[in-house]
Amino acid sequence: MSLIDSLPRVGAPKLPRVDGLIPWIVPLTIILIWQVACVTGFVSARVLPAPSDVALAGWKLLLSGELARNIWVSFWRASVGFLIGGSIGFSFGLANGLSQTSSKLTDTTLQMVRNIPHLALIPLVILWFGIDESAKLFLVALGVFFPIYLNTLHGIRTVDPQLIEMGRIYGMSDGELFRRVIFPGALPSIFVGLRFALGIMWLTLIVAETIAASSGLGYMAMQAREFMLIDVVVLSILIYALLGKLADSASRALERLTLSWHPAFQKH
Amino acid sequence: MQEALRLISPGAEPVRADFVEQARRLRHGSDGASRGLALTIRGLRKSFGDNEVLRGIDLHIPAGQFVAIVGRSGCGKSTLLRLIAGLETITAGTIGFSEETRPEDVRVMFQEPRLLPWARVLSNVEVGLGHERHLPDAQARAESALVEVGLDEKRGQWPAVLSGGQKQRVALARALVSQPRVLAFDEPLGALDALTRISMQRLLERVWHDQGFTAILVTHDVSEAVALADRVLVIEEGGIAHDIEVDIPRPRRRGSAQLAALEGSILKNLLQGTEDTSDL
Repeated sequence: MSLIDSLPRVGAPKLPRVDGLIPWIVPLTIILIWQVACVTGFVSARVLPAPSDVALAGWKLLLSGELARNIWVSFWRASVGFLIGGSIGFSFGLANGLSQTSSKLTDTTLQMVRNIPHLALIPLVILWFGIDESAKLFLVALGVFFPIYLNTLHGIRTVDPQLIEMGRIYGMSDGELFRRVIFPGALPSIFVGLRFALGIMWLTLIVAETIAASSGLGYMAMQAREFMLIDVVVLSILIYALLGKLADSASRALERLTLSWHPAFQKH
Repeated sequence: MQEALRLISPGAEPVRADFVEQARRLRHGSDGASRGLALTIRGLRKSFGDNEVLRGIDLHIPAGQFVAIVGRSGCGKSTLLRLIAGLETITAGTIGFSEETRPEDVRVMFQEPRLLPWARVLSNVEVGLGHERHLPDAQARAESALVEVGLDEKRGQWPAVLSGGQKQRVALARALVSQPRVLAFDEPLGALDALTRISMQRLLERVWHDQGFTAILVTHDVSEAVALADRVLVIEEGGIAHDIEVDIPRPRRRGSAQLAALEGSILKNLLQGTEDTSDL
């Protein structure tokens, strides 16, 4: 009768294929409206080029090899910065979650540093590193550090103490207790940190590449602005959106794989 | 639910009586000795800061006995159990077992199942093997413990999909898998609904008969205590106020006049002095 009533019956057998397409309906519609608006002259090409022009610009850049090179450079910076910042944040999170001494020693300092917006360090970073690779890596690593650190710490501290007591009663060693109780218990929270960190990773990289770089997507966009190539500017922005979505999907897939026990990830 | 109904239906009684008798013979073996450990407690005291929770407990529990400990909340009954299980440090006095114990010999079951949500049912049971879980027969032992509690078909499930009663049965399998000689229950059925409770009580009684461990059950439910235990201890203000033998043959019929009378007198003891008991 009503829409809600009809949902389960209609969806039950064929749902997976239809379900996968639903999230793309809105973006595709927007692109369609955008194309129509540009072709009909409702939006000037100097304000916003048509999606077809953006695709064409992308195709040209792809043929010249420039696009692939810039994407690769940005991707490399993002992942290396993420790995450095993430692993340091994870280590501090573990250490401070598991050891009172370590927590007393470093947590206050880290909380103070956390309150400095890391992008405010850009002038200082440029003075230190110039527009070298290390400047970008440093900023990305710094941005990624805090969400990973805070969520790892929070995850470990909120593991059910009754489960820890159970583990001890059943004779688990410290290592086993960590591997079988504490780490799996902290994992959902660590994933929250991971997804926050991925967002900050792209944000930091875009800003850093826009301000101080001689390659990468952000640099490509800034160059295009100099030459008034608005299609390339829009292209870079779209690629950032796609890369961000890709990183998020990857972390979600990893989450589904490792948290299959969690009620939220059980399909039946 | 179905199981609960089957267990309390009168038709099942003769079969059960047979089974219990057979189990009793198995348990006592040729020499008539129980697998359980006897327990002797002398002058046991426990304080948390300035608050003295247990004020000198002297108690002997023979091997294989089923003892229930009842009392008001905060009387120290759970603390006594945690001390016996070695989960708290003793302030003064001694707790002695009749033989040298391995850590696997004393097991506790809590009100919460405390299962690892990220481990399948079978690996949760394997946790109960303690240091023996790396032996090659670990999985077979865990499986037979699951069979014992009637959950072998759930071995590959995540705990999240089990009902409260099923989770508690997995916790029982985990406690049983190392074949403990003393099993301490801290309100294990407190969070279950009435029918599941009755079915779990039957299960506890059966595994106790089957395995012959010494059972110590802390409960606030006096009817549960008289239905299951050989002996009921009433704890008041950190000491043993009453020590009552429950001399009613097993299997006991729920709601029988004998059980009800005993339950009434224990309740009366519990309420005495602190409340008006004229209506009891």
